[in-house]
Amino acid sequence: MKRILIMLLLGIGVILTCGIFLKPQKMTGLKLCSTCPPGFELTDSNQCKLRSLYQLYESGKGNEPGVGGLRTALPEVRDGFTPQQIDLGRYLFFDPVLSGNQTVSCASCHQPDKGFSDGLKTSVGISHKPLKRAAPSLWNVAFLKKFFWDARAKTLEEQMTGPLYSADEMGTTREQLLKTLNGIGLYRDLFSQAFPDKKSDDIVLNEVYLAIAAFESSLISLNSRYDQYAHGYHEALTKNEIEGLNVFRSFVARCAECHTPPLFTNQQVAVIGLAEPDRSFDSGAARVFHDSTLRGAFKVPSLRNAALTAPYSHSGRFEKLEDMISFYTKGRGHEVPATEELHIHWHIWEPGLSSHEISLLSDFIKTLSDESFKPQVPEILPSGIRLKNKLSTRLVSSVSNIK
Amino acid sequence: MKLFLKVVVALVLFGGGIYLGKVFFGRSKNIPAPVPSYFNGDGASASDSAAMGAGTVTGKIFEIKPGHSIQAAVGQANPGDLIRIYPGVYHETVYIDKDNISLQGVIENGEWPILDGEKKMNDAILYSGNGTLIENIKITNYKGNGIMGQAGNNYVIRNNWIVDTGVYGIFPQFGKNGLVERNILTGIEDAAIYIGMCDNVDVRFNEVYGNVAGIEIENSRHALVEYNYTHNNTGGILAFLTPGLPIKTCFDVIIRNNYVLNNNTKNFGAVGSTVSHIPKGTGVLIMAADDVTIENNIIMGNENSGITITDYTNAGVNHANDPESEPNADRITLLDNFMDKNGSDPIDEIKLLMKMKLSKKGLDIIAVGGGEGSCILNPDRYVTFGVDKYLTCKASDTHAVKTYLLAKPVAPRQTTVAEKGKMTYYGVCSGCHAYNTRLVGPPVVMVQAVYKSNPKGIVDFITNPVHKREDYPEMPPQNYLSPETRQAVAEYMLSITK
Ligand code: HEC
Ligand code: HEC
Repeated sequence: MKRILIMLLLGIGVILTCGIFLKPQKMTGLKLCSTCPPGFELTDSNQCKLRSLYQLYESGKGNEPGVGGLRTALPEVRDGFTPQQIDLGRYLFFDPVLSGNQTVSCASCHQPDKGFSDGLKTSVGISHKPLKRAAPSLWNVAFLKKFFWDARAKTLEEQMTGPLYSADEMGTTREQLLKTLNGIGLYRDLFSQAFPDKKSDDIVLNEVYLAIAAFESSLISLNSRYDQYAHGYHEALTKNEIEGLNVFRSFVARCAECHTPPLFTNQQVAVIGLAEPDRSFDSGAARVFHDSTLRGAFKVPSLRNAALTAPYSHSGRFEKLEDMISFYTKGRGHEVPATEELHIHWHIWEPGLSSHEISLLSDFIKTLSDESFKPQVPEILPSGIRLKNKLSTRLVSSVSNIK
Repeated sequence: MKLFLKVVVALVLFGGGIYLGKVFFGRSKNIPAPVPSYFNGDGASASDSAAMGAGTVTGKIFEIKPGHSIQAAVGQANPGDLIRIYPGVYHETVYIDKDNISLQGVIENGEWPILDGEKKMNDAILYSGNGTLIENIKITNYKGNGIMGQAGNNYVIRNNWIVDTGVYGIFPQFGKNGLVERNILTGIEDAAIYIGMCDNVDVRFNEVYGNVAGIEIENSRHALVEYNYTHNNTGGILAFLTPGLPIKTCFDVIIRNNYVLNNNTKNFGAVGSTVSHIPKGTGVLIMAADDVTIENNIIMGNENSGITITDYTNAGVNHANDPESEPNADRITLLDNFMDKNGSDPIDEIKLLMKMKLSKKGLDIIAVGGGEGSCILNPDRYVTFGVDKYLTCKASDTHAVKTYLLAKPVAPRQTTVAEKGKMTYYGVCSGCHAYNTRLVGPPVVMVQAVYKSNPKGIVDFITNPVHKREDYPEMPPQNYLSPETRQAVAEYMLSITK
């Protein structure tokens, strides 16, 4: 097999990459990727397993994974999907055919070029009405245990039923979604490639959810300059940036207490006391957990790739990183409306950060950017819908010559 | 009171004397002293931490004198090196992001090396490496912490003198296997010694006074707090399970043989901090922690109460709840303790309790809120509230526990070379190279064809890439990977078949 492949490669001088149309004119014969996305090793059982330098620290069974410090193992990851499932998920993620009127895809609000967010204060979906909250980045969601700003979903699968069936977001229904997908021959074929043991001929919802979750879980960003520093190459950061790191983890700023490395979130909800200047107060996790002490509590967002995801906070209130950071130093509870009695987190205090320190923090957060594993946007979608503006430029050339 | 002070002074001198004797006497100051023989295991018992893994000096010794930067030495140091700091004043934040670095102050004629943050700097010492040793340093006037560890294992922090360093004095966080001993700390506005989210730690022979909290064990497991002298803080010794942290348990804490005296200092904690809610006059406070044993302590003159045991709800702390953290203090074991003159001026809620009990004498022990499986020995010796439901303890002492340090240091974070190669290939290279398809860079099959059994060729190339192929972009250098890692990844790249 290997031989044949290499002969194919060298002899014919053409390689086939993932997901290309054998006969693009007729849109048939789309073949799903049989190799894993970057960052994953293909196992003998056709599963993609995450490989990261952070896994080198798992042997030192000292600390709980994921809770801070530089050389700390990652929290448990959701991996083990097949290359085909991941690739199918990629098509679904970008395909507006999933929405009620075929205009909105997951990628409308989670755009690869905007750190998988959308650059808006709060997102806008099928109804053209601004939603209540901002779209979070999807980088590294494979490690998260709770989803949404208010932590109301426990799995990626549970999460995506939110946007899919919300009238304001993608506005479809379970029935419509299945009917649409089952009506597209190419998708039927792709689902049987991704789920070779499937029982029914028809596409079922759990397969849709699983494939999208598989794709989301492949969005790994752990190769920033900060990571090079953490792994021991101290020249990776400038003097300023190291100073920023030291402010970040200091007990004056205390950022690292909630935005804990290596993911830069401790995955807890916390009340930091943001107000909602132009609208009614968002009760956050209180509603989800039926607990009034959690009023105004939101999930601590990861700061990886935050440089790409302005504006900031659950309501997109802050244009720049510096604006968001300044919030922390304007006094504990300074924004809390008189009518609210919030249980503000104890790490929110009066750190008295200087404007120099605020810019150091922002410099440091910018070192957390890494898009080296950014996936490619499909050139053509199985639904036949054309992507209006091609979202990504970094593309694998689908057919290329090897000399 | 006087009497106890004397006893304590004697004890501290005794303990410290042995130690200082070993380190400083009988050695000319010109001979660089490696870290005390104490660590080499000769005659050391398990509780002497012979096996900590910290402070084993195998490399270079740096000598830092005033006018020079400690951080510059840390920057040059390699694992196994010792940095000796001579008396004088240093204004810097020292951060140690490497394993097995020792910082040792040199005390000459009673002069200490002093780290002074001039109330401008955030933290004095930050470490994330394993096997960090910090000793004999005076630290003062910082705004954040004196010494803070973040996920460093096998740490030893001892013989430091920490005065007014802001929030915490000594704060190892997320570390396993650590020793904090013979430090003196005062003027800290939160906990002087704060063991946060750690495992296996001994806190011994420290003196903490004039702080909001003396010693706090929070969301940590297997902690031994013994032979400490905690006096004139707002609260002496605390064991907390705080909600909302990523570690959801605090258990297996032994508090024994400590002096907990007159912790009646007015609370000067920052608004909103957990400890700002501690009533002055608190001796020992257990909040929502489990499996805590309190034994053989001398707990006297604490005006609110000697020992307070509470669940989360009754603690009066204003934090948001956490559905994942269990709010009760369960299985608290109160063995014999020497208690007197506690509770003479308690908070109003406790005054009310006393009225209910028709007691005029202050309370030595208060237990409020939920919790199960707790016990007490000889309750009649004390004035108590809420322990009526406690059973009689089956255990009478904790002698079996000599230490909570591990018999062997936590294994270093090291992996086999093969694994290193694999993690690096997939973790880094695979963003640009796939096995047989073209990504940003050429496919691995092409690389293999060129560098067949020549990993060195790959190492040289990735260290210092030259532009070879017209139709590909130039590759960025990968020299940030250690030479060993570069070799490992080169070999791995040549070995893969899919
Ligand atoms: C109309 C815009 C929009 C669309 C379309 C959309 N999302 Fe989102 N997404 C959001 C917003 C806004 C949030 C945050 C909502 C909240 O927390 O209440 C979010 C949250 C998420 C989260 C949680 C991330 C975290 O860190 O908690 C995931 C995962 C996610 N979306 C995936 C998807 C997937 C998969 C799809 C397609 C099935 C999708 N989204 C479609 C706007 C959108
Ligand atoms: C008590 C925990 C806590 C601490 C301490 C903390 N944060 Fe946050 N941070 C949060 C939470 C929760 C949010 C989300 C708030 C919201 O949108 O309602 C957040 C949001 C942010 C965001 C916006 C991210 C985005 O994608 O919208 C940035 C940037 C940020 N924090 C930086 C910092 C910095 C810098 C510090 C230190 C000065 C810090 N944080 C300290 C909990 C914390």
